[in-house]
Amino acid sequence: MTRYILTRLSSLLISLVIASIVIFGLIEIIPGDPAAFMLGINAQEDTIDALRAELGLDASPIARYFAWVSGMVTGDFGTSYTYRTPVTEMIAERLWISLPLALIALALSTLIAFPVGILAASKRGSITDTVIMGFTQLGVAIPNFWFAMLMVLVFAINLRWFSAGGFPGWDDGLFAGLKALTLPAISLALPQASILARVMRSALIDTLDEDFMRTARAKGLTQRQAIRRHALRNAMIPVLTIIGLQFSFLLAGAIIIENVFFLPGLGRLIFQAISQRDLIVVESVVMLLVFAVIVVNFAVDIAYALVDPRLRRKA
Amino acid sequence: MTLLRIENLSLKIRGIPILNDISMSLDEGRVLGVIGESGSGKSMTAFSILQLLPKGSTTTGRLCVDGLDTLEASEEDLCKMRGNDVSIVFQEPMTALNPLKNIGQQVAESILIHEPNTKRSDALERAQEALQRCELPASRFPTTLYPHELSGGQRQRVVIALAIALRPKLLIADEPTTALDVTTQAEILGLLKRLVEEDGMGLLLISHDLAVVADMADDIVIMKDGQIVESGAAASIFQELKHPYTRALYEASSHVPERTQQSARRPLLTVRDVVRDYQLPRRSLFSAPEHFRAVDHVSFEVFKGESVGLVGESGCGKSTLTRAILGLEQIQEGEVFLNGTVIQHGKQMKHSLRRQMQAVFQDPYGSFNPRHHVGRLISEPLHLLGEAMTTIDKQETIAAALRAVGLTSDDQYKYIHEFSGGQRQRIAIARALIVEPELILLDEATSALDVSIRAQILDLLADLATTRGLTYLFISHDLSVVRSITDRVLVMSAGKIVEEGATNDVFERPRHAYTKELIAASPTLP
Repeated sequence: MTRYILTRLSSLLISLVIASIVIFGLIEIIPGDPAAFMLGINAQEDTIDALRAELGLDASPIARYFAWVSGMVTGDFGTSYTYRTPVTEMIAERLWISLPLALIALALSTLIAFPVGILAASKRGSITDTVIMGFTQLGVAIPNFWFAMLMVLVFAINLRWFSAGGFPGWDDGLFAGLKALTLPAISLALPQASILARVMRSALIDTLDEDFMRTARAKGLTQRQAIRRHALRNAMIPVLTIIGLQFSFLLAGAIIIENVFFLPGLGRLIFQAISQRDLIVVESVVMLLVFAVIVVNFAVDIAYALVDPRLRRKA
Repeated sequence: MTLLRIENLSLKIRGIPILNDISMSLDEGRVLGVIGESGSGKSMTAFSILQLLPKGSTTTGRLCVDGLDTLEASEEDLCKMRGNDVSIVFQEPMTALNPLKNIGQQVAESILIHEPNTKRSDALERAQEALQRCELPASRFPTTLYPHELSGGQRQRVVIALAIALRPKLLIADEPTTALDVTTQAEILGLLKRLVEEDGMGLLLISHDLAVVADMADDIVIMKDGQIVESGAAASIFQELKHPYTRALYEASSHVPERTQQSARRPLLTVRDVVRDYQLPRRSLFSAPEHFRAVDHVSFEVFKGESVGLVGESGCGKSTLTRAILGLEQIQEGEVFLNGTVIQHGKQMKHSLRRQMQAVFQDPYGSFNPRHHVGRLISEPLHLLGEAMTTIDKQETIAAALRAVGLTSDDQYKYIHEFSGGQRQRIAIARALIVEPELILLDEATSALDVSIRAQILDLLADLATTRGLTYLFISHDLSVVRSITDRVLVMSAGKIVEEGATNDVFERPRHAYTKELIAASPTLP
C-alpha cells in the first residue's frame, strides 16, 4: 500500500511539473504584451519598457518560469496586471465561493444518485427502473443554465424563498452563505446526479450478474443483503472515476451558473482575466485548477486501492 | 433417511420448457451423480432445489429438502435453508468469490448469517477450522488472504469451505472440477468424498464427465433435453448400458477416431532450444527486475503428416509455446523453423510462411467477430495467398471449405450466433483450412465441447488429416483426447518437456514421475 501511494505520488508530481511547463509555454506563445495593454495605445515606448521591467517581464523566459513556480510554491502568485492586487488574495476570495459550491453540488449529486441508481439496478426492467431512467435522461438533456433560470423564477421571484443571485459573503454567517449557494448548487448537481445515477445503475447491474453474487445468495443472504454486502463495493470503481471527473468539472466549469446567479467565483475570474489580458491571473488560476484536478485524481486512485485489495501491492 | 426428493418437477422459464417431469431422490451419506450434456437441465435442477432460478421461472411438482417443500416455502424459510441445510459449489472458482473480501470474512459470513449471535472472532475461528478441513492449513493460508492470491484449486477449496462451514445435510456440486487441471481435480474430488463420509452429507454431483461421476457416485441420473433418460445404481448403469443415449454417451467419451498414420520423416516444424522469459514487476524502485521463465529450453520436431500432442497443466507454458510457434510471442533464445524457414518473432510474418500454419482455439464463440457473416469470417486468411481472387472463385473456395467441415455452402450468409458450439468449432476449422495449410495448431480445440460433439469433431479432424495430409499439433490438458488422436506426445511441466514418445508407449509405460502423476489423476471410465 505504501508503495502504491508513493508511485501515485511521484506520478502526481511529474504531472504537475509537465502541466506548469505547458501552461507557461502557452501563455508565452499568446501574442500581446501585458505592459502595452495596461498602458493603452498612446503609451510611450520607454514607459512600456519601464513597466515591463517593473513587472519582471524583461527577464528570460526560463528565469521567469522559475520565478513563477517558486512564487507559487511559497503561496505568492504575483500581482495582477489589471488590478494591481496580489493574485493570491484574488484567488483565495473566489475559491471561498467556488470550493464550497463544488463540494455542496457534489454532495447533492452523490446523495441523489446513489439511492436512485441502486433502486433502479435492483429493480431492473421494472416500471420503477423505466421511470428513473426516463428522469435521468431528462436530467442529462436539460441545459443547467435553463434549469437555473427556472429555479430563479420559481423559488426567488414567485416564492421569494431565496435571493435571485449575488453572494453576501461568509461574514454574514454560515446560513446566509449556504442559502445563497443553494440554488446554484442544485442547478449544478442535477445533470451530474443524472449521469452518476446511470453509471451507478449500470455498474451495479454488471456486478449483480457476477458469479460471486450467486455464491452470496446460496449462502442464505437475501437479495438486499447480498447487494449491500457484496455488490456495492464492487460497483464503486467506475462510480469513483466519475465522481473524480465531476468534482474537477464542478470546480472549474461552473462559469455559466456563476453568471446566472451573479456569483464572484473562479470561473468568472478567469473569464474576466482572459478578456483583460491579465495573463498572470490566467496562468495562476489555470495552474490552480490543474493542481486541483491532479490532486482529485490522486485521491481517486487512493480510493480505488482502499476499495480493491488487488490494487494494493504488497510492500 | 431421504434427504432430497424430487417428484415430477417441471420448470419453464418465460414459457420455454427447461425441465420436464424430473424425479430423483437422495439419501443421507450417499452420492447421486447427475450426468448430462450442455442444455440438459442439470444445473437448472440444482437451482430449482435452492430456488435461485432466473426471473420468469415457473415450477410445478414437488421438491422436498429435509421435509421442506422448497416450491411452496417462503423466501424467509428459503434463506434459512440456503447455506445452512443445503449448500452449493459452483463450476467457476475464479469468479465465485468476492474479490474485495478476504477468505476468512467470506467463510465467516456463512456462519454469521445463520447464527447471528456468534461473536465475529468466534466465527473467524470457525472459518479457519472449515478452511483447515478443506486442506488449507492456517500456517500457509491465513484468513486474511484475498481470492486473487490463490490458485483456482485453492479458491475452489475456499468455496467448499464456505459451503460446509455449517455442516449442511445436502451439498450440491455443480461441475466442481470442470475448470481445474486433472491433478487438482483428483484432489478436489477426494476432498468432497472425504467430507461426505465425515459429515454423513448427501452429495448431488453434477457433471458432463462420465468418468468423474463414475468414480464418485453411488447412484446415477442421466439427463437429456430436460428429461431423465435413465437412472439407477452406478455400477449397473455402466455395466448394462441399457438406454441408447447412455450407450452413445459412453461411447463418445471413449471415442477413438479411425486414423491412418502417414508420417514422412521430413520435419515440418522444428523448435530448437526455445526460451521465453517474462519480466516480473520490480521488487523495489532500484532493484533489477526478476524474470519468470515460462518456456525453458524446449526442443522438438513435428514431422509432415504427423499428429503430435502437447499435454500439461495450466501454467506449464504450453500456451506460451504455442504463441511462440505462431510467431506471436517474443522469444529470448532459440529458433523455430517451419518447413526450413525461420520464424522471425516480433516482425510481420511473410504471407507465404503464415499460410502454411493455421490455428484453431478453444473458445469457438470468442474467436469470431460476431458482426461479420461466416463467409467473411472464414475468407479472412485468403489474402495470404497473395493473388486477388474473383468474387466467384472466392465464393467457391468458401463453399468448398464449409462443405469440407460438414456444413453447407449456404451457411456462409449466416452469423456466428446462429450456430451451436460444435458448428462454430467446425467453422473455426474451415477458416484454418481455407488457405490449405500444412500444419494446424489445435489449442484446446475440443475442450469446450460436449462429449458427443467432441467425438464428431475428432472424427472430422482425423478425416481431414487422412484426405489432405495435414499435420496437427494438438495442445490440450485432456489426456483422453490426446491419447485418441495423436501418434506422438510431449509432456510439459514447468516450462520444460519432461517426456516425449509414441503416444501409446507414454500412456502405458510413463517414465517420468510427472507423467505418472498426470495419468494416475485422470479419471477413467469403468
